[in-house]
Amino acid sequence: MNFQQSNRRRFLKESAALAGLASAGVIYPAGAQTPEPAGDRRPDEWYDYGVRSRFVQSIRSGTNGRHGRDPRPGVPRDYGFRTPLQDVYGTITPASLHFIINHGYDPPDINPAEHRLMIHGLVDRPLIFTFDELLRLPSVTRMHFVECAGNSTVTDSSFAPGQARMLPPATVQVTHGLTSCSEWTGVPLSVLLEQAGVKREGTWIVAEGAEQGMHMKSIPIAKAMDDTLVVYGQNGEPIRPEQGYPLRLLTPGYEGINNVKWLRRVKVVDQPYMGMRESTKYPSLRADGKARWFQFELGPKSVITRPSGGQQMAGPGFYEITGLAWSGGGAIRKVEVSTDGGRNWKEAEVQGPVSRKAHTRFRMAWNWNGSEAVIQSRCTDDRGDLQPSTAELGKFIKIPLSLDYFKESSLNISHFNAIQPWRVKRDGSVENAIFA
Amino acid sequence: MRSSRSHLAALMTLVLALGCGSALAQAPRFQGVGRAPTQQEINAWDIAISLDGKELPPGSGNAQQGAPLFAAKCAVCHGRDLAGTAHGPALTGGTGTINTARPKKTIGSYWPFATSIWDYINRAMPRYQEGSLTADQVYALTAFLLFRNEIIGENEVMSAQSLPQVQMPNRDGFTPVRIEDIPDTVKRGCKFGTCP
Repeated sequence: MNFQQSNRRRFLKESAALAGLASAGVIYPAGAQTPEPAGDRRPDEWYDYGVRSRFVQSIRSGTNGRHGRDPRPGVPRDYGFRTPLQDVYGTITPASLHFIINHGYDPPDINPAEHRLMIHGLVDRPLIFTFDELLRLPSVTRMHFVECAGNSTVTDSSFAPGQARMLPPATVQVTHGLTSCSEWTGVPLSVLLEQAGVKREGTWIVAEGAEQGMHMKSIPIAKAMDDTLVVYGQNGEPIRPEQGYPLRLLTPGYEGINNVKWLRRVKVVDQPYMGMRESTKYPSLRADGKARWFQFELGPKSVITRPSGGQQMAGPGFYEITGLAWSGGGAIRKVEVSTDGGRNWKEAEVQGPVSRKAHTRFRMAWNWNGSEAVIQSRCTDDRGDLQPSTAELGKFIKIPLSLDYFKESSLNISHFNAIQPWRVKRDGSVENAIFA
Repeated sequence: MRSSRSHLAALMTLVLALGCGSALAQAPRFQGVGRAPTQQEINAWDIAISLDGKELPPGSGNAQQGAPLFAAKCAVCHGRDLAGTAHGPALTGGTGTINTARPKKTIGSYWPFATSIWDYINRAMPRYQEGSLTADQVYALTAFLLFRNEIIGENEVMSAQSLPQVQMPNRDGFTPVRIEDIPDTVKRGCKFGTCP
């Protein structure tokens, strides 16, 4: 039996015992509460790199409701995985729980000593950098979220039965798990572009990865020269293979597809190159058949992560309502919470320091009186942009957003940042109430 | 709502960014970091295809040449009839569905540019054998897909010269239509982080 197996078996046994203790409310003498780890259960992993407690079991979930390991023939693998936001404290997402969209490819196994980044195209001096050379250049560390353009999309088509984003059982991992926030470290792309010398005709860049599918994305030069980073660090350690090791592009506030992983090439060009994904997969169709392409910036968005869908309240009494707010347009200035389905709003406490284009934690005290309640949050960024209601967003994009509509329609609404309501029922269960 | 001041700030950033590049074009700021790539190194990686096709390599192919290649290398995932399987999307059909509740997006019904077909086959197909096709084979497969979508004739030859000239049926189905209008999200009326 390996460590994982023995751990799991012991977890099942002891959590059953703990559950018994909790329900009985019995307190035992101090010595009996914290069993000594046995000698054979102190593996090097605890000390060499560290492992989380065996009582912590939270994991990413596959975007199709599978985990990429389905052995049945004919069942496509999952290459997208959602962050369990309901289990994340504070503002940073652990790298090991950061969401993943890899467009159908496993992470390549890149030796940083052999990796190169090339800057070329409409520049005075094409350049190739080694990984070590990039480490010598001026660096910055910044907090930023990365969010998939399709996060929270209301279409039903990409979910397994029972996991549908619109239906009552959906958890916040299902509804909003394609956003994560990290402390990123790297070199501003402007440093590399200035080193190469961008010609006047250079109005776009094409960024490209080194994985088998060589994902490419066209990005306006203004963004490339503004706050775009070439990052190698995430939360204090090298970025993980599934996040682009050893190098990825980071375009703060822009939709996830721009943040090219395993970055190996930046070409300065004079037009968008209309790669397959940017010209056919990521444009968002309107009901009239026109597709909205190159939307870039993600809007102000927030969601209550506790209490949230699938959780169980223990009974009437005090609860802290808490959640996350973020905006591709800047810093979060204000978060409001309603506990009566949006009739009344109260300003929540926003945890500082607030970083621009980063997850921001909000909190509000709540005494639940035991009657049914619909709780939701909305945020405003420092530009004054307010998170829209479902009705407002639907009116803006000319699509009647309702459960009935999506029973018929397979339209995929990207940049879906409408207010997310959760219904707390009298029995203490919490469910998704997006179209209720 | 955005304030007009932030519009101005965004414009200034753009102007400064464009100005900066050329102003600093004189000399590299950081000495002894980075080297010039050889032309061979650039050519080996310079695979993204622009709409004018200037990166397209020499070579050519037509649909007749592409048909057996498709059967051998693509049909297993995309289906012999190009209707798609669990492992790959449909590559034809869907005309007239794009403005309905169940849009079927294919090369013929949806894709705006023919160069994207060549680019994507060349960079990412066939799955698990990426990069194994010759330029002639990519031209032939591109021609086959365009022919099966009734966009070109069966004997029409695709090459670096002819491919960028192909007009796709749904080219104007994207907003904003004009590519030069894409970067100005203020003029496009984007708000809530969404462009209408």
